[in-house]
Amino acid sequence: MDPRRGPLAVPKVRRVGFFTSIEPSPETPRPNRSLSGPAEAITSSSPLSDSPSGQFISPVQIPPSRHHSDNLASRAAPVPVPGPSAFRRQLANDRALHVGSYNPVDSLLGTSPPSSNGEVSEDSGSLFGFQRSDSAKLSASFPNGGFDMTMRVRAPQESEAKVAIASTSDGRKKNVEASAGEGESVAAKPRKEKETKSLKEKTSKAERRAIQEAQRAAKASAKGEGSKRAGESSRPKPSKPAKQPQPKKEAPQVTSSVSEKRAVSVEKERRMDVPQTQMQYDDKSRVDKAKRRSVVEQTESKNKVELFLHLPQYERGNQLPNLSSNIFSLDTIHHAVYKVGLQHLAGDISGDNARCIAMLHAFQEAINDYTTPPMKDLTMDLTAKINGYVSFLIECRPLSMSMGNAIRFLKNQIRKLPVDLSEPEAKASLCSEIGRFIDEKILLADKVIVQHAVTKIRDGEVLLTYGFSCVVEMILLYAHEIGRKFRVVIVDSRPNLEGQKLLRRLVTRGLDCTYTHINAVSYIMGEVTRVFLGASSIFSNGTLYSKVGTACVAMVANAFSVPVIVCCEAYKFHERVLLDSICSNELGDPDAIANVPLRNNKKHSKTMDNNKNLQFLNLMYDSTPAEYISMIVTDYGMIPPTSIPVIVREYRREDLLL
Amino acid sequence: MADTTQKPDAISAYYQTRAAHHGVITSDWLAQAQAAVEQPDSSVSGLGPAKSFNVIDEFNGWRKQPDLAEAVAAIRAMAAVIRASEATTMMELEIELKKASDTLKSWDKTSISLTAGCDLFIRYVTRTSALEYEDFNSAKSRLLERAEKFGEISCKARKIIAMLSQDFIFDGCTILVHGLSRVVLEVLKTAAQNNKLFRVLCTEGRPDGTGVLLSNELSKLDIPVKLLLDSAVAYSMDEVDMVFVGADGVVESGGIINMMGTYQIALVAHSMNKPVYVAAESYKFARLYPLDQKDMAPALRPIEFGVKIPAKVEVERSARDYTPPQYLTLLFTDLGVLSPSVVSDELIQLYL
Repeated sequence: MDPRRGPLAVPKVRRVGFFTSIEPSPETPRPNRSLSGPAEAITSSSPLSDSPSGQFISPVQIPPSRHHSDNLASRAAPVPVPGPSAFRRQLANDRALHVGSYNPVDSLLGTSPPSSNGEVSEDSGSLFGFQRSDSAKLSASFPNGGFDMTMRVRAPQESEAKVAIASTSDGRKKNVEASAGEGESVAAKPRKEKETKSLKEKTSKAERRAIQEAQRAAKASAKGEGSKRAGESSRPKPSKPAKQPQPKKEAPQVTSSVSEKRAVSVEKERRMDVPQTQMQYDDKSRVDKAKRRSVVEQTESKNKVELFLHLPQYERGNQLPNLSSNIFSLDTIHHAVYKVGLQHLAGDISGDNARCIAMLHAFQEAINDYTTPPMKDLTMDLTAKINGYVSFLIECRPLSMSMGNAIRFLKNQIRKLPVDLSEPEAKASLCSEIGRFIDEKILLADKVIVQHAVTKIRDGEVLLTYGFSCVVEMILLYAHEIGRKFRVVIVDSRPNLEGQKLLRRLVTRGLDCTYTHINAVSYIMGEVTRVFLGASSIFSNGTLYSKVGTACVAMVANAFSVPVIVCCEAYKFHERVLLDSICSNELGDPDAIANVPLRNNKKHSKTMDNNKNLQFLNLMYDSTPAEYISMIVTDYGMIPPTSIPVIVREYRREDLLL
Repeated sequence: MADTTQKPDAISAYYQTRAAHHGVITSDWLAQAQAAVEQPDSSVSGLGPAKSFNVIDEFNGWRKQPDLAEAVAAIRAMAAVIRASEATTMMELEIELKKASDTLKSWDKTSISLTAGCDLFIRYVTRTSALEYEDFNSAKSRLLERAEKFGEISCKARKIIAMLSQDFIFDGCTILVHGLSRVVLEVLKTAAQNNKLFRVLCTEGRPDGTGVLLSNELSKLDIPVKLLLDSAVAYSMDEVDMVFVGADGVVESGGIINMMGTYQIALVAHSMNKPVYVAAESYKFARLYPLDQKDMAPALRPIEFGVKIPAKVEVERSARDYTPPQYLTLLFTDLGVLSPSVVSDELIQLYL
């Protein structure tokens, strides 16, 4: 079961407000809009009905500035995990072809209750209605509908993309995507561009309708976990004869590959109960599927770094207003979770512990307000709801390892609920378990870590820390309280400049601080006696996964024979193994790099966007190999980095999904 | 002989005892002996706080035997506490034992195996009492029996270690030994008994003079021995095949704390790609984690230069140093032949 197939009733494309008939050609709006991408295409909620040729009647969804190249294809493909990036990419690409139906379809599907948001006409409703294998899942209506349409539209124009799209009409949207064109490959970008362009040009009502059908079918099939693919694909056919020709021809080719791809992904999803913290965003089919289900509209960034195509790269800026305007229509997401998602999007929350605690508190509230629908089992339904929340949060910002572990714990607790517990009792027990988790594994663990680490601070020391870690801050403040005499060097780096927060806090408490940027770390390391670092997660081979720049500091410290002490609670340990910083990472806002404050860069940000030879890479995390770490302070004491698997083995058995 | 206090410049009783074992006479020791002779009644008196006082005395008594490991002496002292205890419940006994262990630990803060031995025993007691619900007397006798057995275990540990290390000593090899570790001696003895042909280079081991003592022992076994100055280690490292040292304590990072000079030798051996083997019993695993040389409780010992030293000249009197795990190749313990990172694994399993 796909853990992400929660009742995401939100259409991918959110309509921001009024609906306008947008006549302009698909191309034009594209560059301007950034978030609501498919909006343009889909503006008309009833794509099928109105299907203005090439226009979107959509409610003001600003078409996400997508690359043509990317997502068209990817969007079509079903993605198992909501992939906002993929989605955005698609949207961007599709802008041209968004037909009205895209949106409505989307919205229709998006909201689990069949009440579409207005424009979706009944036909889309009907289209989706029967296609929906699972109403909850159909929330990802938009992606399905939209993709299909886009697919179809593109089909005629583009060689591969079309094929992909076409196949969706077979109900295998994602397959199309995936198989079509480069579905599987990562070479999405160039293709997407082609696809988007071609798609835009050729959008016609019939095509769009066909695409929509295909998408719907694909979506339904996506929901139906592959097996239904065939069935769904057939379904759209009768309804829209027009679209048959293209999709049909494409379908057969892609079908097979698509189907098996689907089957595999479906099966994987079923098996995996743990939320994937990262989806491979170069896998178009999965990206599309994710997009279909996603709540937040994310625009894929135009200029993506090749090496990191497997990570979501979004354009920032429009997600927050978009999402916040939709708060009242997102009835599948509990308001507390929604708030946390917004905070993540806005960047108000940073720091693993804070994020995890906020998420758990939101879950606590959500569980408290939860009532089991009749005829449903509490465990399964609640798990499905939690999965939905988790997918939403992932769309806002990819989960950190600690949040992943916390979610696993929560799901485990839900699973272990005794069957004879009444609903209020079950809810109370879950809430108290969550509270216990927060208290024991985070708050109390921090206190224990502080006690241990303070023994390593002697008088006269010069301690270096990087960025802002709440545990390290606690250690420094506590050591100062108990009267140790030491100096602190804070190393900071752009673009987040988190160290300034720490600097302010320490200085107000009277510590002697030195502040420098990471360029000077090799200069300052000569005077340092100990380095204290925080962690986002530590993997089983002892590799530290933390804010980007940490590896640099640790390696320089090692070169100067300065011991590196990492402070990390045990709940952040992960049994995975990490070998480099590329496979698993998070990409931040590229504009943050491009925009240097106090510099006249008005022209930069725009010109840079259009330069295909220049890509901005704003990595958020990096990995430090175990040999640069001297000691890890956890709530289980001070251990060498080679003992992480021991702790995981001895103390986390119950948390592991075995 | 209560000269170990919290003062940083206090002489470490542990190393004093070692010196006594080795028969080293220093002026300090003489002064101590003098003092002890003049107060023969100090041990007799004190019936009131007899327990804690007894513990230290017991411990010292046991410790004086040269063949007995420090931790075993500690545990035997604790066993004496159990015997003399008038507690009637497990909890009371545990509390008494905890107090005795704390007293012992505070009496000599520098001895790692003492601390480790006490912790081990307390841990064993806690675990036992948690599991058993039988009556108090049988539990008590079980504890006593365990404490007694500990002494045998210690001797057996040495034999196990000696057996494990036989595979690593091949005919014609040259072994460099530093310090007089009873375990390493056992290893070499066993190898000689197995008719292996090897020769030993031993460092002089100032100020304890362990080199001479060791060479005495080894020549009794007909093992060819060559004495080196401490400073001649790098010079002779070429002809060495492996380095064997014991350990006063094995710390959580996998490094060892041993007699001063071990770190030096390990560094030289590492840079010349010679393996460094450590022979240590498992009760020496301690929950310490030094990050550098100065991160441990200082253990000072008197160092005689034979001539008068001007008053203003300082002498580095630390008796031990810390060798980080990256310079050690293998640890021979009664749990098997381990790599340094396993120490933490064992400690976690034992203490957490």
